[in-house]
Amino acid sequence: MERAVDTFYSDLLCIGAGLAGERVAVEAASHGFQTICLSLVPPRRSHSSAAQGGMQASLGNACMGEGDCTDIHFSDTVKGSDWGCDQEVARLFVETAPVAVREMAHWGIPWNRVVPGKGTYFKAGKQYEKVESPEREGLITARDFGGTAKWRTCYTSDGTGHTLLFTMDNEVVRLGVTMHDRVEAICLIHDGVSCFGAVARCLKTGKLRVYLARATLIATGGYGRLYRESTNAVICDGAGQILALRTGIVPIGNPEAVQFHPTGIVPTNILVTEGCRGDGGTLKDVNGERFMHIYEPGKQELASRDVVSRWMMHHIREGKGVPSPYGDHLWLDIRHLGEQHLKTKLREVDEICHEFLGIDPATQMIPVRPAQHYSMGGARTNKDGAAYGLKGLFAAGEASCWDMHGFNRLGGNSLAETIVAGRIVGQKISEFLEGCDVAIRTDLPRGFVKQEEERIERIIRGKDGKENVYAVRNAMQDVLMEKVGIFRNGADLRKAVEDLQEIHARAGRIGLRSGSVGAHPELALALRMTGMVRLALCVAYAAEQRTESRGCHAREDFEARNDRDWLKRTLATWNEGDALPTLSYEPNSAIWEIPPGERGYGTCKIICTEDPAVCRMDPEPIEDN
Amino acid sequence: MGRMLKFNVFRFNPQDPASVPHMDAYYLEETDAMTLFIALNRIREELDPSLMFDFVCRAGICGSCAMMINGRPDLACHTKTQSLPDEITLMPLPVFKLIGDLSVDTGSWFRAMHERVESWVHTTKAFDTEAVEEPMSNQLAEEIYELERCIECGCCVAACGKANMRPDFMGAVAFNRIARFMMDPRDERRGQEYFDVVGTEEGIFGCLGLLGCEDVCPKDIPLQDQLGILRRKMGWQSIRHLFSRWLPD
Repeated sequence: MERAVDTFYSDLLCIGAGLAGERVAVEAASHGFQTICLSLVPPRRSHSSAAQGGMQASLGNACMGEGDCTDIHFSDTVKGSDWGCDQEVARLFVETAPVAVREMAHWGIPWNRVVPGKGTYFKAGKQYEKVESPEREGLITARDFGGTAKWRTCYTSDGTGHTLLFTMDNEVVRLGVTMHDRVEAICLIHDGVSCFGAVARCLKTGKLRVYLARATLIATGGYGRLYRESTNAVICDGAGQILALRTGIVPIGNPEAVQFHPTGIVPTNILVTEGCRGDGGTLKDVNGERFMHIYEPGKQELASRDVVSRWMMHHIREGKGVPSPYGDHLWLDIRHLGEQHLKTKLREVDEICHEFLGIDPATQMIPVRPAQHYSMGGARTNKDGAAYGLKGLFAAGEASCWDMHGFNRLGGNSLAETIVAGRIVGQKISEFLEGCDVAIRTDLPRGFVKQEEERIERIIRGKDGKENVYAVRNAMQDVLMEKVGIFRNGADLRKAVEDLQEIHARAGRIGLRSGSVGAHPELALALRMTGMVRLALCVAYAAEQRTESRGCHAREDFEARNDRDWLKRTLATWNEGDALPTLSYEPNSAIWEIPPGERGYGTCKIICTEDPAVCRMDPEPIEDN
Repeated sequence: MGRMLKFNVFRFNPQDPASVPHMDAYYLEETDAMTLFIALNRIREELDPSLMFDFVCRAGICGSCAMMINGRPDLACHTKTQSLPDEITLMPLPVFKLIGDLSVDTGSWFRAMHERVESWVHTTKAFDTEAVEEPMSNQLAEEIYELERCIECGCCVAACGKANMRPDFMGAVAFNRIARFMMDPRDERRGQEYFDVVGTEEGIFGCLGLLGCEDVCPKDIPLQDQLGILRRKMGWQSIRHLFSRWLPD
């Protein structure tokens, strides 16, 4: 018997309603297109709200950002990416970021502003003086973040993601964008050429729905929860990348590019912002001594995240970690910043310390250790945000591989990407929708609904087996954490691939233990599980194949960055029935404004490329102070 | 060996005709630094996979996990079991529509609230992509942020005597939203326009002054002050309205 399924039509279907999804929705709605957003949770609960530190844009208002410009932001971003980014996209990004920040001010963000006169700041534990200019009084100010030549990170205290998300959602409400929260897209509707929307499951009632749209956007954030220890919200399990992978057509770009953040608190992995170190906090070891100045005399605590995370793990391996029941950790010391600073500029951090650790950061050090933090990889798109392979499908934000981050994202560039990419991709989608009509065969959505109904039925009835979904998830998380983490090597990666293949087979045998109808949390996870393990296999297999070290991808058996052979982006697809992803490669960048060189931090072993298209000398090299 | 904790959890699945509201008991041994986030996930993974509850950030930032914890609304993620007795009773937030067990529909409630208070900066100015931003004092920015910090978890609504009796009462979270826009010079709404939104019995004049909201706010937002200020301003606005002929605008 066929059941009636509610069907919703719109011009644009946004899957995901965090900052990127909502920014795209706002753009499309302001062009007059009817937009529906799907969200796993009420939109203001999205993981975007957790970004504390800020958003990079080269406004150059703060005295420590004096002389900043889009060129320097570009240079920082490219170096940060370890030349893994698409330079055309990075250029587009840095040029748009200042406009995007000001637009958010226009919509109501209470950005912190320049206060003229003398002030003090800390760097590497020492106090310095700065003088803000009276001409810039009241303009948007900035703080220091890792891997940047200037103070460039605009912020609202340490709740920047929160204020951005709330303000963006205000615009969504103002424009009357339809919001269907607690709805999960479980597969895309496509015919191999074009995408026409998605089959979704209501997480309030458990019922399936069909969403048909002329354009579909994936903006579901990252896949941090494939790892056991992640700063990500519990909903960040790669739902959007899984949708892309299931098409068998849309590739995941650079799945192996996974960032670890230096300062997750121990044991819960809740993030404390990079702003702690930007504002002068220091890292200390078991002896209460700083160590980053030994490894990185220049940038010290403020080298890029991949570099700081690696040195921290290295220092722990040297036996300098602080033993604890949850394994060794290091200390983050922000005591010297003073109570006033902690209670205003780092208030969320102060709260997290008190509430989750039971310590007072004004008098005690914070136990920290690197934890998975960001997915540079995602559904691969062109510079317009159009996904490879399917017409009418787009992606933006962390869910995408638009590719301005390459192999390491800079702090403050992710919030900026959501707003900037959202703005640009929203415009491109509006252009796409202008005068584009599609003919949708009615058998297409029906076929996908039937397929999903059968899949659900098999899992509920346990027709393929009785594997426990949580056991499968835990096994997958352990493999990635232990074998595809900060330091990687061929033997471990090969074992990881092998283990994950076994877990993939187990995922196919999941059967439910609870039989209730309705939202059904066990079923929701079970429906994602095979996709999650496939995505994990993309991460592990692509990491095994990449025999070099670049940005966050650190191979102990291939320590050099190999520009000769690996100046290219992984593209992973999954053919149904296969036990491994299919990998192919494309050049990182069509344009090389800055040819590959040294980052200025981190160890530097480079196997150079002799490709003339890449190596042409820049007539005016950009200065980095 | 840790304490043996008993969790009494409200159970009801409105989607299941066979389900009736009842309490289930679960037992867990307390571990170091255990929070309700850890405990509830362990219950679901080890004891009862059908249990419904909500967590997102698990860091006190997103406001998803508000529930009644031994009779008091609070965020489950930042509640340490150490601070609770051996027996812990968990109920869903009142006022909001139940989805199932401990999970409630805050999304629809808050969307309706945002529409009602028109929770956005009302401006006639168009955004100019070429222009430098309009200056604002840092002090004002920080004052706005102080109210903007609200995470809309719903604790204040659940703790509000009036909201529990009267479903159309706006609640402290809405008044805080309004207060935030009233202090923002970018919002061009004036006294009367705000009065039309909150100067009613469902609005600020319906507040009984019990201040449960202030007591339970997990973000320590100064709700009492904002309610007082709003009430005074709206009171003044109604007087102004009565004598509008003689008072300048």
